[in-house]
Amino acid sequence: MPISQKEILIKTFKSNKTSVVGLLMAFGVVTIALIAPWISPYDPIAQDMNIQHAPPSWAHPFGADSYGRDQFSRILWGSRVSLVVGILSVLFAMAAGIPLGMVGGYKGGRIDNLVLRFIDIFMSFPIVILGLLVLAIMGPGLIKIVIAIGVALTPRIARLARGSTLSIKGKEYIEAARAVGQNDGKILFVHVLPNIFGEILVMGTLWVATAIIVEASLSFIGLGVRPPTPSWGAMIRDGLDQLTNAPWLSLFPGLAIFTSVFSFNLIADGLRDISDPKLRG
Amino acid sequence: MSNGALDLSDQVPRNDFKEEVVIKYAIRRMIFVLPTLWAVVTFVFFLIRIVPGGPAVAALGSYATEESIRALEKQMGLDEPILVQYGKFLMNLCQGNLGKSLITNKPISQEIARALPYTLDLAIGGMIIGILFGIPTGIITALRRNRPPDYIGRILSLVGISMPEFYLGILLMYLLAIKLHLFPVLGGGDLSHLSSRLYHLFLPALTLGIIMTAFISRMVRSSMLNVLREDYVRTAKAKGLHERAVIYKHALRNALIPTVTVIGIYMSILMGGSVLTEIIFSRPGLGKMMVFAVKDRDYIALQSVIIIFSAFVFLFNLITDLLYSIIDPRIEYH
Repeated sequence: MPISQKEILIKTFKSNKTSVVGLLMAFGVVTIALIAPWISPYDPIAQDMNIQHAPPSWAHPFGADSYGRDQFSRILWGSRVSLVVGILSVLFAMAAGIPLGMVGGYKGGRIDNLVLRFIDIFMSFPIVILGLLVLAIMGPGLIKIVIAIGVALTPRIARLARGSTLSIKGKEYIEAARAVGQNDGKILFVHVLPNIFGEILVMGTLWVATAIIVEASLSFIGLGVRPPTPSWGAMIRDGLDQLTNAPWLSLFPGLAIFTSVFSFNLIADGLRDISDPKLRG
Repeated sequence: MSNGALDLSDQVPRNDFKEEVVIKYAIRRMIFVLPTLWAVVTFVFFLIRIVPGGPAVAALGSYATEESIRALEKQMGLDEPILVQYGKFLMNLCQGNLGKSLITNKPISQEIARALPYTLDLAIGGMIIGILFGIPTGIITALRRNRPPDYIGRILSLVGISMPEFYLGILLMYLLAIKLHLFPVLGGGDLSHLSSRLYHLFLPALTLGIIMTAFISRMVRSSMLNVLREDYVRTAKAKGLHERAVIYKHALRNALIPTVTVIGIYMSILMGGSVLTEIIFSRPGLGKMMVFAVKDRDYIALQSVIIIFSAFVFLFNLITDLLYSIIDPRIEYH
C-alpha cells in the first residue's frame, strides 16, 4: 500500500464528518483561549460582593461566584490553563516517550526489556494518581502540572511508539538504510520517526483530551494552578458547596471541560480508523 | 465476569489438566509480577523522600521548631540513613506493616483496612454496571453498523469518555439526590447493613459505571466488527447457521477476548476515577484518604495508599490475564 500518511489523513477527514465537527469545535476552543483577554466582559479576578452567587442573567450569563466574580469571564480565561496544560503535557510526553519507545522497539533484546519494565512500572499508576503523587512532591504551579501529567503520559506514548517501531522494523526501506551503513540514530530519526509519527499524532489528540480531564481533576482536588488564576476544575470545586442554591457555579465550568474534551475526542474518533483501537488506556 | 452478562462457560473446552495448568500459570505470572511491584514500591519510597526538607518538615510545616522536627523524625525512624530506612520499610511491608501516620500517629494499615471496602465496592460496582450495559451496547452498535442505533450509541459513548467522572457525579447528585431525593447526597453508608451499603453505593457506582459503559461498548464494538469480517464467521453463515447462533457461538466469544485483556487497563482507569468520585460523594475510601494525605502533607500515609492502589492495579491485571487464559483456549502456558 504505497499511500502516504498525509493522504490517509486527508481521506479520513473527508470521509468522516465527526472529525470535521470535532476539528471545528477544537478550533473554537483554541480561538477562545487565544482571544480571552479581548472578549471577556469582566476582569476574571475582580471581586464585587454585590453580585455574590448571582444567578445567570444578561449581565452575567453564567452567574457570579462566591467572591462575586463573573463566571463567564472566568470560564473564558480558564480555557487557557486547560489547553496549555493539555497540549504541553502531551508534547512533553512525546518528547520523552517517542525516543524511548523507538529505541526499545528498534534495538530489542536487553534494552527493549528495560524499556518494557519502565513502561510496566509507570503504567501501574492510574494517570491521576501518578500526577497527584508528582504534584504532592513538587507543589502546585502551571509548569509542574505540565510535568506531572507529562510524566504520567510518557509510558503510554512510549508503548505506542515501541509497538509502531516494531511493526515497521522489518520493512525493506529500514533494511536498505541499514545495508548502506547508516547509523542507528539516523535510521531512527530519518526513517522510523516520520513513518510512526502520523499514528502517534492521532493518539496525541486523544491524549490531549485525557490530559485536559486530568488537569481538571487535579485542580478539582486542589493541586492545580494557584488561585485566583481561573481553572475549570477549581471552579467546579469552589461551586460544589453551593450546589443546592447556586448549581450554575459547578455546572458551567463542567460544561466547558466536557466541550473541549469532546471536541478532541471527536477528532481522534475520526482518525482512529487508521490506528489501532486497542491502544487507548 | 464471563458468567455475568453472558454465560460462556459451556463453550470452553475443558480437560482434566486445565485447572492445574491455570494455577501453575497463575503462580508463574505472580513471580513475574513481583519484581515490577517491588520496583513500584521502591520508586514511591524514594520519591517521597525527596520532598523538600523531608516528610517530617512537610508534615509539621515551616513554623515547626527544630526540636519537634527532630522528635518526629526520631519517632518515625526518619533520622536513620536512607538505605536503613528503606530496608526496614521493605521488611515491615512484607509483614503488612505500613508504618504510622505522621499526623494521627495511628497505624496506616488499620486505616487502609477500614477504607478499602468502600473503594472496592465502588470499583467493582462500577465495573459490573459497565459490563452489563457496555457489552450489549457494543454488540448492538456493531451489528447495526452505520445505522441509527450505531450513530446514537457511538455519540453517547463519546459523550461518556469525554465526561470527567467528578462532573458526571455532580450532575447525577444534583438530579437524583438533591432534586429528586432518590439517593443520599453524601456518605458511604453502614458497611454491615447490605441495604444501606448498596443505597449509598448506587450513585457513585452509577457515575463510574456510565463512564465504563462508554469505554467497554467502544471496545466491544470495534472487536466485534473485526471478528465479523473473519473467515470462520462467514463460513458459519454460509453453512446456514441461524444469525443468532453465528453471533453468540462464533463471533461474540472471539470478540470478547480482546475486551477482557483491556478490562485490566479499564480497572486502572476505574481506580483513578474512584479517587474523585469518592471526594464528590464523601465516601470514606482510599481515594479520599489519599487526597487527605496530600492536604495534610502526611507523606507516609500517601506512600502507603499509593502502594496499595498500585498493588490492586497489579492484582486486577493478574486476574485479567487468568480470565484471558480461561476464555481463550489457544493461549500457551509457558
